[in-house]
Amino acid sequence: MTFIKKPIFRHPSLPKNDLGLTYRDYEGLVSTLCAGCGHDSITSSVIQACYDMSLPAHKIAKLSGIGCSSKTTNYFLNQSHGFNTVHGRMPSVATGANLANRDLIYIGVSGDGDTASIGLGQYCHAIRRQLNLTYIVENNGTYGLTKGQFSATNDKNSKNKKGNDNPFGAIDLALMAIELGAGFVARSFSGDKEQLVPLIKTAIAYNGFSLIDVISPCVTFNNHQYSTKSYDYIREHNATMGELDFIPEKDSIEINYKEGENIDISLHDGTNINLHKLDASYDPRNQNDVVNKLRKYRGEGKVVTGLLYLNEEVSEMHKVLNTSKTPLNEIPLDTLCPSHDELNSINKNFT
Amino acid sequence: MSSDSVYNELVLKFANVNGSGSASANAFCAKALFRMGIPVSAKNIFPSNIQGLPTWYEIKISESEKLARRDGIDIFVAMNAQTYDQDINEVIENGSFIYDSSLLRDFKRDDINIIGIPIAKLCADAYTDTRQRQLFKNIVYLGSLSLLIGIDFDIIKQLLSDQFHNKPKLIEQNVKALEIGRKYIEDNIKYPLNKQVRKSNKNTNKIMINGNEAAALGAIYAGATVASWYPITPSTSLVEAFEKHAMKLRKNEDGTINAAIMQAEDELSAIGMAIGANWNGARAFTATSGPGISLMSEFIGLAYFSEIPLVLFDIQRGGPSTGMPTRTQQSDLISCAYASHGDTKQVLLFPSDPNECFQFSLDSFDLAEKLQTPIIVLSDLDIGMNDWVVDELEWNDQYQHDRGKVLNSEELENTKDFGRYKDVDGDGIPYRTIPATHPELGAYFTRGTSHNEYGGYTENGLIHAQTLDRLSKKFKTAENLLPQPKIIINSNKTKIGIINFGSTTRAINESLEYLSGKGIAINHMRIRSFPFSNNIRDFIDQHDIIFVVEQNRDAQMKTLLKTECDIPISKLISILNYDGMPLTSKFIIDEINKHIEENKDINDLISPLIKIV
Repeated sequence: MTFIKKPIFRHPSLPKNDLGLTYRDYEGLVSTLCAGCGHDSITSSVIQACYDMSLPAHKIAKLSGIGCSSKTTNYFLNQSHGFNTVHGRMPSVATGANLANRDLIYIGVSGDGDTASIGLGQYCHAIRRQLNLTYIVENNGTYGLTKGQFSATNDKNSKNKKGNDNPFGAIDLALMAIELGAGFVARSFSGDKEQLVPLIKTAIAYNGFSLIDVISPCVTFNNHQYSTKSYDYIREHNATMGELDFIPEKDSIEINYKEGENIDISLHDGTNINLHKLDASYDPRNQNDVVNKLRKYRGEGKVVTGLLYLNEEVSEMHKVLNTSKTPLNEIPLDTLCPSHDELNSINKNFT
Repeated sequence: MSSDSVYNELVLKFANVNGSGSASANAFCAKALFRMGIPVSAKNIFPSNIQGLPTWYEIKISESEKLARRDGIDIFVAMNAQTYDQDINEVIENGSFIYDSSLLRDFKRDDINIIGIPIAKLCADAYTDTRQRQLFKNIVYLGSLSLLIGIDFDIIKQLLSDQFHNKPKLIEQNVKALEIGRKYIEDNIKYPLNKQVRKSNKNTNKIMINGNEAAALGAIYAGATVASWYPITPSTSLVEAFEKHAMKLRKNEDGTINAAIMQAEDELSAIGMAIGANWNGARAFTATSGPGISLMSEFIGLAYFSEIPLVLFDIQRGGPSTGMPTRTQQSDLISCAYASHGDTKQVLLFPSDPNECFQFSLDSFDLAEKLQTPIIVLSDLDIGMNDWVVDELEWNDQYQHDRGKVLNSEELENTKDFGRYKDVDGDGIPYRTIPATHPELGAYFTRGTSHNEYGGYTENGLIHAQTLDRLSKKFKTAENLLPQPKIIINSNKTKIGIINFGSTTRAINESLEYLSGKGIAINHMRIRSFPFSNNIRDFIDQHDIIFVVEQNRDAQMKTLLKTECDIPISKLISILNYDGMPLTSKFIIDEINKHIEENKDINDLISPLIKIV
C-alpha cells in the first residue's frame, strides 16, 4: 500500500468512454509491489475492464483481505470505496456489504494464502450463498509479505527458492468453486491481458458468484526454475479452453460467430458473451464434462485457462433471501420502524 | 380453607425429563399465574441436551413483588424419578412434594406433605397413543396443581384456546387432560394446600417477556435491517425473534422483506457480515455468547480501529471455554471491555431486565452510529431466556433515530477537503461517508492498518499515536452519551455503598430492603454502561466501603473499576457468585453479614447506623 498519489495529468487526446472518463480516471495509487509483480498486471486489467464498461466508479465497492494481492485494491478505482479487511475474511465483509446494498458492483481481491488457507471456509460459504461478487484470486503459490513460504495452492513437489520440496498437495480453487456451485469459474494468467480483461468484464456482468483464479507469478519468491507458478512455466504449460468476447447489450447484434466454434451466451443483465471454443469437445455449461476435462489436463501437467464453467441459472443471494428490491441501506429508518400502535399490539402478545 | 393459609407468596418448582413436553406446560402455569394478576418470575433451569436429562422450572410467586430467586421450595412437582432424592431435599418444612405415584415410593421426610398422583396410570387409562400418554402427563399435573393451589381454571382454559386457536381439537384434548388431573385431586387428595394463589391486580400494564425477544424488538424499532449470526445458546433466540418479527413487520406489498437475516458459517463470518453491512450504511447486528466473543475478537478490533458502527449482543453464559452453556454468568466483562489485540476499548451496555433490553437495544444502534464503534450489549442467560414480568414496552412515534456524523451528497459538496478520520469537531468523532453517496467525493479506503486522517496507509509513528489518542478522546466523549448509572441514596449518613449491574438487580433490591429493616442503610448504584462516567467515580468517592456484586470468580467489574477509576483497592469488597444460578438476596445478605462480622472497619461504619434507627 502506498500514500503516493499519481500526478494528475490528463492528456487532451486520451480516449474517453461513455461516461466521458479516461483510463486514467479509473486508476488508483502508485503500486508499491515489486517491479514485475503479476498482481500489477491484474490491476491494470481491472482498470481496463471498468473503463471499457463505462462503470461509474462510485457504484463499485472493492474489498480485499490481507497480503500482497489484497493491497492492490488501493491501486485501482480511486473514486470507489475500498475495504482492506482482515486476513481471509473478505468474503464475509463483502457478504454484509452486499446485504446492505444489492445495487453496487462488488469486486473482491484475494490471494492464495488469503483464500486457500486462512479464508478457505469463508470462500466456500460465499460461493454456497451465490454472493454477487467478482472474486479475483491473485494466485502466486507463495506468501510474499512474510517472505516466501509455500501456500496451499502450490503444487506438491514443486520447490521454493531455497530448493526445498513442497510436501503437501495443492488445493484447486477453480475445481472447488465448481463443486460448491459457483456459476462462473475462470482461470487466467496475469500476463495475458487479452484473455483476462474480457473475463473480468463478464464476471462483473454475471449476476452471482464469479471466480477468476489468476496465476500471477511472484517475481521475488516464486519465479525460479523449480516453480510451477513462474512466468516461464505458465507460458510453457498453458492450455486455453476458450476465449471470450464481451459484448454489452447494445452491441449484441454485431456478434460475429461461426457455428460449431462459438457459443453465444446471454447473461441475466442482458449482456451477451461470445465464447470461442478452442477445444471443440468442450462445453463450459456441462459441469461433469468440465470437471473431467480439468482433471485430465491437470494430470497432464497443463494449466488450463479461459472460462472454465458457466451456469446462468443460479439464483443470486438476494433472490433466495427475498430481500426488498430497494437496497436495505436506502430504506429510511422511519419506514423500517413500526408504530406505537403496532408495539401496543405486540405487547398484547405477552400478556 | 384453613385460616392460616398463605396467599401469593411461594416458590413452585417442577422437575422433569427434558424433551418430554414439560417446558410448555410449565410455561403455561407461569402464564396463568401472570394472567391472574399475580407478580411472578420464571426460571428455566435446563440442560445442554435435547432429550433425557433432568430439567427444572421454578416459579417465584410474590404478591409483594420480591421476584428474585430464592432457595427453599414450597411446592415441588417432581416428575423425574432420577432426581427425587435431591428434589425432596429442597422442599421447606411444611412444604409439599407432588410425585407420580404410578410407582409408589417411600420418601424419608415426615415434615412435609407428600402427595402421590398416579399420573402415568391415569394417562395410560385415558389415552391409547403412546405419544399422547407421554405429552398429556404434563397437562394432567397442571390440572391437579390448579386445584391444589387455586389457579383459576377458566384462565388456564383461555390460555389453551389462545395457544391452539388454529387447532380446536387440541384444545379439547388438553382440557380433558386438565380435568383428569383435577378429578383425581377432588376424589383423593385434601385440597387446597397451605400455600395458595388467588387473583390480584398487580399486572396492569405489565408484560411477561424474555430479554432476547425484547432486544430483538428493540432492533426492529431501531431500524436494523441486517442480522448475521451463528447459533449459540443462549443468544440464538434473539436472532430468531428478530426474524419472526421482521417477517411480519417488514413485509412489502410484493412479498419481499425489508431485512436480511443470514446464518453464517461461524462467528467470525457473522461479525464480518455485520461489519460489512454497517460499513455500507445499513444498521446491522450480530448476537452471540462468550465463545463467540473469543472468535470475534479480531474483527472487533478492526471495527474499533477503522471506526465502523456495530451492534453486538453478548448473552453471557457460564465460562470459561464451553463451560455451562445453559447457565447464567456475568463473566465476559473484561474480554468484552478490552476485546481484541493492541490498545482497544469497547463500549458496553448492561441491561438489567427485558424492558431495558428493548431500550438498550434501541439505544445501541444510535450509539454505534454516533460513536462509530462497536457497542456490546452485555445481557445474560437469565435475562435473555427467562420470562420476566416487566412494564410494557413503550414507543413514541416522535422518536428521531440518530445516525451520527454521516455526510450526504450535498454536505460532501459543502465540505472542504474531506478526510474520513479528521477530528473536525474536537470530540474525537470523525465524519464518515457511505459508498455510492457521490460520484466524485467522499470515497476513502477503510483499513485495519494504521492510517492518516484521509484513510491513507501510514507507518508514521507520530500519526499512529495521534490516531490512538483521538480514539481515547472519542471514548471520553462516549462516557456522557451512554446510559448513566441508577443511584439510590437510602441514607445521606451512610458511608457504605453497593454496586451491581445487570440481572442481579432484583436480588440486590430485596437484600437492601431487608438490611434496611435491620437498620443497615446501604446506598446503591447500578452501573449501566462502560466506559465509566464521572457519576460513577463520584458515587465511589462518596462512600468509604463499597460492595461490588457480580456473577464471576475473578471480580471483573471490580477490576474494571479499579483500573478505570483509580480507586484504592481496600475500598471495594467483592461479593461473588458463579454457580450459574440467578442470584438470591439471601446470598448477598449472608455475604454482607459475613464481612460485617469479619471486618472491624465495616462494623465501625455500621454500628452508628443501627443506633440511628
